[in-house]
Amino acid sequence: MSLSAASLAKIDREVSKYPTEQKQSAVMSALRIAQQELGWLSNETIQFVADYLEMPRIAAYEVATFYNMYRMHPVGKHCLTVCTNLPCRLTWENDAGAYLKQKLGIGFGETTSDGKYTLLEGECMGVCGDAPVLLVNNHKMCSFMTPEKIDQMLADLDKP
Amino acid sequence: MSEKVILNVLDHPNPGTLANYEQVGGYQALKKILAEKIQAETIIAEVKASGLRGRGGAGFPTGLKWSFIPRHFEGTKYVVCNTDEGEPGTFKDRDIIRYNPHSVIEGMLICGYTLGAKVGYNYIHGEIWAEYEMFERALEEARAAGLLGKNILGSGFDFELHAHHGFGAYICGEETALLESIEGKKGQPRFKPPFPASFGLYGRPTVINNTETFANIPYIIRNGGQKFLELGKPNNGGTKIFSVSGQVNKPGNYEVPLGLPFRDLLAMAGGMREGRTLKACIPGGSSVPVLPADVMMDVTMDYDALAKAGSMLGAGSVILIDDRICMVRALERLSYFYFEESCGQCTPCREGTGWLYRIVHRIVQGNGKLEDLDLLMDVSTNIGGRTICALGDAAATPVQSFIKHFRSEFEHFIEHKRSLDGCH
Ligand SMILES: Cc1cc2nc3c(=O)[nH]c(=O)nc-3n(C[C@H](O)[C@H](O)[C@H](O)COP(=O)(O)O)c2cc1C
Ligand code: FES
Repeated sequence: MSLSAASLAKIDREVSKYPTEQKQSAVMSALRIAQQELGWLSNETIQFVADYLEMPRIAAYEVATFYNMYRMHPVGKHCLTVCTNLPCRLTWENDAGAYLKQKLGIGFGETTSDGKYTLLEGECMGVCGDAPVLLVNNHKMCSFMTPEKIDQMLADLDKP
Repeated sequence: MSEKVILNVLDHPNPGTLANYEQVGGYQALKKILAEKIQAETIIAEVKASGLRGRGGAGFPTGLKWSFIPRHFEGTKYVVCNTDEGEPGTFKDRDIIRYNPHSVIEGMLICGYTLGAKVGYNYIHGEIWAEYEMFERALEEARAAGLLGKNILGSGFDFELHAHHGFGAYICGEETALLESIEGKKGQPRFKPPFPASFGLYGRPTVINNTETFANIPYIIRNGGQKFLELGKPNNGGTKIFSVSGQVNKPGNYEVPLGLPFRDLLAMAGGMREGRTLKACIPGGSSVPVLPADVMMDVTMDYDALAKAGSMLGAGSVILIDDRICMVRALERLSYFYFEESCGQCTPCREGTGWLYRIVHRIVQGNGKLEDLDLLMDVSTNIGGRTICALGDAAATPVQSFIKHFRSEFEHFIEHKRSLDGCH
């Protein structure tokens, strides 16, 4: 397998940030970029990244399994990670997690049957003043998520 | 309105840009240092005089930390910035990156100049991708203006700075786990000593400071350490950004002088939302002891006063808990967090955090026994101080302080198998 030329260019840019003999430093970004292209990290993908960075495959696998934002299994088209930590929970009248569970008919760690959404429980994202918050596809932070705003967000994600 | 050191950029158009930063004296400190070839000793003395203490949680004096770096060591050295904030309640560094990234860049440049380091990294928390991109843009802008790279402003000083993106691991906020993570490894803290000052990134001498710590440096050089010190109070120099979360009317970041009465901070945040009474406050992020409202109402917000009151300033993350929150459920969530985020390296932490969570969880499930409270205290005391890093202590602290101050609520839950009436 390989990644797209665009992804490889992004990885090369990351590699250039570190001393030449420290290519492994780019592994976190490289796995993120691979995941963005392919949706999740298969063993094959992790091996490709490891070989590309000339590092032991096991070390890349260790990184992929250590950090919470890597997906080690196939997921829906959109991953919604809801922060349920204490500061976000203090706004309990707006329980974004409960609302999404009910609306999508799935629990945390599950994917809707049409393969569109995966719902995940997240830890503090460092934006507690915006509670409740959720993260879409690891890249887009959504703040003050009232039921109305969640409906709007889902409608936007549903657009082709 | 009191003077601000970092968020003053919000009073000018287009915060986040170089032009905006220049409105508040941006890069003047660096220019002065380079033009006058100010000695490293002088800079460190100024930082020491400012009373600046690390804003990442431990409050270690920054000038002292810088003085530990072997300045005459000829090899490669590194400057690292810690923007990995992910401790429940903490969200100030995100706003610094959004609104004043150049103060961090200038602070790191000055640190690099002082210590003879030519490369720096800023480690940015995984979940805040938009801010990571903002920081990358600020770096581009600084490079284009000749403020980063080779021969900066014709001075002969070289410094390059890069952003490193985290990917969801609270432990990487711990400085040596962060260094491991930049090296492309699992974020497992290193045994200390050796400290990063002698064995840091890639085994080289490294200074690592919090985002807010670096952001204060340019002001200190521009205005002198004494001026910064006087913004706060003795031994607690400067302003501090407090992140206020919970059921207040205006949650958010407030930059105020250290030593401000807690009451005033609460008033700035608009007070508790209608009909709510403050029950408890965690004044420095989830790892510091919770305090009951009556104690909080009499403290001032600074390192020494909060320590005297039995808690800590931590990262200045003020979590406000109102009278409708069940302290047992609140502790259950925090205990789950430490259990989930323990890196698994040290047995007392790996196993102990699981025990703590499972016991509090069993109480919430209605299966608790009164002896469980003693068991919780016993398990937590056996984690604290027995691990490589402070995550173990951080997990023990909420358990001990919640039970200490709210024991009757725990007893009520165990006896009646539910929260206090009206609590969630
Ligand atoms: C579990 C754990 C998490 C931490 N998280 C952070 C963090 O997110 N940001 C931070 O600046 N310091 C964090 N620290 C503290 C750092 O280890 C270190 O003390 C700090 O970055 C030093 O910078 P300062 O002296 O400027 O505060 C954490 C410590 C521990 C034990
Ligand atoms: S608790 Fe949700 S972002 Fe911090």
